[in-house]
Amino acid sequence: MIEIEHLTRRYGPRAVVNDVSLTVQRSEIVALVGTSGSGKTTLLRMINRLVEPSSGRVRIAGTDTATLPPHQLRRRIGYAIQGHGLFPHRSVAQNIATVPRLLGWDRARIDARVDELLDLFQLPPEEFRDRRPQELSGGQQQRVGVARALAARPELLLMDEPFGALDPVIRAQAQQDLRRIQRELGTTLLLVTHDMTEAMFLAHRIAVMDDGRLLQCAPARDILTRPASPLVQALAGEQARPFHLLSLSQVADLAQPGTAEGPPLAPETSLRDALAQCLWSGRDALPVAGGGVVTLAALRQAASGETGRTGAGASVKAGVPSPPASPPAPQ
Amino acid sequence: MIGRAALAAAALLLAAFLISPDSFAPLLEPLTRRGAPAVYTQTSLWSLTVSHLALVAGAIAASAVIAVGLGVLVTRDSGRDFLPLARMVTAVGQTFPPVAVLALAVPVLGFGDWPTLLALFLYGLLPIFENTLAGLTTLPPQVVEAARGMGMTPAQRLWRVELPLALPVILSGVRLSAVIALSTAAIGSTVAAHTLGEVIIAGLLSSNAAFVVQGGAVIATLALLIDAGFRAAESAARSRAGF
Repeated sequence: MIEIEHLTRRYGPRAVVNDVSLTVQRSEIVALVGTSGSGKTTLLRMINRLVEPSSGRVRIAGTDTATLPPHQLRRRIGYAIQGHGLFPHRSVAQNIATVPRLLGWDRARIDARVDELLDLFQLPPEEFRDRRPQELSGGQQQRVGVARALAARPELLLMDEPFGALDPVIRAQAQQDLRRIQRELGTTLLLVTHDMTEAMFLAHRIAVMDDGRLLQCAPARDILTRPASPLVQALAGEQARPFHLLSLSQVADLAQPGTAEGPPLAPETSLRDALAQCLWSGRDALPVAGGGVVTLAALRQAASGETGRTGAGASVKAGVPSPPASPPAPQ
Repeated sequence: MIGRAALAAAALLLAAFLISPDSFAPLLEPLTRRGAPAVYTQTSLWSLTVSHLALVAGAIAASAVIAVGLGVLVTRDSGRDFLPLARMVTAVGQTFPPVAVLALAVPVLGFGDWPTLLALFLYGLLPIFENTLAGLTTLPPQVVEAARGMGMTPAQRLWRVELPLALPVILSGVRLSAVIALSTAAIGSTVAAHTLGEVIIAGLLSSNAAFVVQGGAVIATLALLIDAGFRAAESAARSRAGF
């Protein structure tokens, strides 16, 4: 879907993005992570040419983006940013209709699309259509921002810290919504975040950047267990590594025969939550709904990264298309 | 509320005075000496008011077009280099005394309305230009970024996002210029422009305080009303812009 080839952006002598190559498959979610100033946002903005590359090439569905006028390129790519950037002088419906209007859709088609998106984001159209953005809560504004980005059915969605301004509770909800909607629509998603937990939750692959270079692009489990360099290991959060690993699998992946006391866990509960329950309730095993148990010993083993390459489905989040073969990490 | 009632009263009083100046003669009489006329009758006050307003409207409309145009130009990537020049031109327009502009313009443009129009136009540029600049450069950065990211062309960004959001600030610049021009226009009558300044000048020449007061009061009341009108437009634009 997106082929990024040797992309570089220089400001004076300094390369903010330095010879980055990356391929993203259709319907894949890739998270760009790294410290501030690592070049992740610049890389993202070069894809829709908000920043012009100094050298290198980006192809989207085979088309070299440099061959299109920038505004036409951007109308084909969804774009959502931190703090949403909704137009304060336009209603929610008008905001969502921005790109369809630019594309010259007719009125009826735009209205239908706006209502469809409001429904998709659980904002009842008759209640929200005519409101102004500033009359909405932060979480609602963020949803309208993403709905606007998706309005013209782009195949590719770029997001720059889309949840950065949300409080933790709303943020978790927004992440779940995004995952659900991405799965429904099959949109290819490139996401900039500095939050490793968010990247692990959402992305099929994580691209770790530092000082303008792409250090490694691989599934979360590989980033955690086989970091390409000590820097990747540090950026992935060494201390939190066992918890990150646990959050990547569900109890269904780890269930073994047996019985245990207490209320059963839903099969899609993350191992991280299961461990939390074990510790909090002081038990060594928890029952899983539909049969079986998950034991503290198994959780401990999973946290050490050992089940990563065994157990069926353990490296893939259920319901997500299996991650495409990762290209070799650049040296 | 009280402000609005006072404005309405002022408007009524002004209309009454312009329609029937003679009925106010008893009020103005104490200001006259030796049986001089209390009410200016050389030219009808009504027609002077209309031409005074037309002069101000014409000059400020021209200032607004040029100053907003300049403000837009110097906030584009291609026009950024012109910012110092535009600042200088508008600042000179504001600091050069209108009386001097009149004196310099008469030999070229002749007596009548044109020198005054020019002086008011130059005098009005700066507030509108500076406010346009302020309005366009203090837009919320995410909103501008979003407009670019959505695929609006530069012209679409300007007309659909930047100008509507900057409109309240621009209008407040136009209001300042209009109010200043309204009082400054009076001096135009020194070079034979048809303004309410004619009444004041007649009062000065004949030492008739009643003329000076009525000319001044009409101008002041007009200024108040125009100021209020622009403020109402500004707040409408502000709520439309979502501030």
